[in-house]
Amino acid sequence: MTNTLETTAVSTSLRFEPHRRTPWDRAKHVLRRVPAWLTITFLIVVTAYPLFWMFINSLKSNSDFLSNPSYAFPEVWQWENYAIAWETGNLATTITNSMIVTFPSLLLIVILGSAAGYALEVLVFKGRAGVLLLFLAGIMIPLQMIVLPLFNAFYQLGINNSYLPMILIYTASGLPLTVFMMATYFRAIPREIFEAATLDGASMIRAFFAIGFPMMRNAVVTVAIVQFFLIWNDLLIALIFGGKRDLNTIQVGLLNFSGEYGAINYGPLFAAICITVVGILVLYLFLNQRIMKGLAAGAVKG
Amino acid sequence: MKSVLGDRKAITLLLTPALVVYTLIILVPVLWSFGLTFFTGNVLSGFEFNGIENFTRLWGDQYVHDAFWFTVRYALLVTLFQVVLGYGLALLYHFVLRKSSVLVRTLVFFPVVLPTVAISILYQKLFQSAPSDGLVNELLVNVGLSSVDWLGSGATAFVVVVIMDVWRSVGFYGVLVFSGLLDIPDDIIESARIDGAKTFSLFRHIVLPMSLPILFASFIFSINGTIKVFDSVFALTGGGPGNSTTPLTLYMYRTAFQYSDFGYGSTIALLLTIMSLIVTLIIFRSSRRDNTV
Repeated sequence: MTNTLETTAVSTSLRFEPHRRTPWDRAKHVLRRVPAWLTITFLIVVTAYPLFWMFINSLKSNSDFLSNPSYAFPEVWQWENYAIAWETGNLATTITNSMIVTFPSLLLIVILGSAAGYALEVLVFKGRAGVLLLFLAGIMIPLQMIVLPLFNAFYQLGINNSYLPMILIYTASGLPLTVFMMATYFRAIPREIFEAATLDGASMIRAFFAIGFPMMRNAVVTVAIVQFFLIWNDLLIALIFGGKRDLNTIQVGLLNFSGEYGAINYGPLFAAICITVVGILVLYLFLNQRIMKGLAAGAVKG
Repeated sequence: MKSVLGDRKAITLLLTPALVVYTLIILVPVLWSFGLTFFTGNVLSGFEFNGIENFTRLWGDQYVHDAFWFTVRYALLVTLFQVVLGYGLALLYHFVLRKSSVLVRTLVFFPVVLPTVAISILYQKLFQSAPSDGLVNELLVNVGLSSVDWLGSGATAFVVVVIMDVWRSVGFYGVLVFSGLLDIPDDIIESARIDGAKTFSLFRHIVLPMSLPILFASFIFSINGTIKVFDSVFALTGGGPGNSTTPLTLYMYRTAFQYSDFGYGSTIALLLTIMSLIVTLIIFRSSRRDNTV
């Protein structure tokens, strides 16, 4: 007991004796932090204020927005702007449409992508590197290069006015990154695990579904989240293949809303943007570490 | 064991579905699109062979020249800001804020996940000048300057597009470079500090050289993305005023879907694809040379 007391006493005195802090030292220490604090404040204001500005303006009447400074709070808080935006912006339909194209695409990307990643990394066959490279090339190809032939083909097949073209294109364009990321993740799993499974009588296919895929649960979730944001926020494909009003996704719907009603109706326009932003923000706040890591991993590998 | 891992049935069953979808939706259309460059017309009116006319037209098309230079200017400027500011953020996170950077990182990353369309419309209103001033002009007026019709002229609209896209993506590059900085071993920096290296020389001789790989990766990623810019300009300026903020992607979209010329649209898309390819190859080359030295 005394022994421990002694040692702590010794170590503290050793640490603090040589530089006892004068008030001047402390002031210098605080001053040195000032630029950092200013930078942080600047970052917070620049990031968060536009969103807050959008929110307060979503609650104003038109005359309030046009005649008063836009940074002022609303004269009357017009919550009905949200109802108007919801109705005239067709938001229920566009959000449903976005879900209808996003979730099947995600499911397909995850299943096809991880199976291919497993085959390309764990299994051994000729031409493996070539196939992986072929997938990789897809990351570079601009979507503009594929949309016209596809528009043609889907038109000939008569499926142009359906969700199918969007689902197919999102799936295919999500595959390159997913296959590559999954292959990289599988590299970290020792082969012996799969070999042991086959000794116990499982086929390699079963080994994938029973061992490989479940072990990849975290990677799969990360990949799915990253792809979710890419698909949900896409404009080009949604514009070309979901241009018909009843196929509008949330992004196309918002764009049309801003053109048709927003030019004259500021409150509901801001309300519509708030609605599209809030869901994404909530999702982000729950998953932010994962999203950051996933996007960064995808970027470095891509 | 090789025979087990070489199980043909498994390979076929697991790889084929993805390969088929990828081939049919990406690879075949790329070749087909190349074929379309020798035709004119569209789905409804039918296609007509016109040889290399699309290419000679592309060569002399003033709009293509403008769109090309817009794309180049935009890509270089935004990439520069994204990487440099992103690097600054990453240094701030890693060396100044350290463990407590989570909150700032989370916040600055916000705009990255938001839909571009929503951000574009928000920026239209922030930079609005008529019928009433938006926030930016109100601030200008309050400090004694006059309000600017930002989206009314090509030069200022370009500025707004750049500001918006940097605002929207810089948090991503901050996190990207930050994850690279984490890989620099602490003891190297620690021992340099003990050897008496001051902040700047520490940065100049240790941190900067060691973060070159991640900076190259960010650069590749950034320029590949900015060359393909579409959503933000389409939703923010619509390419205007006139054609002053029209990138190649948007000109291609217009050619195909407003002027209904799929053949010429494919030719522009091909130009875009070649640009992405060249950029990627050049950067790969230069980064490889730097790594071997």
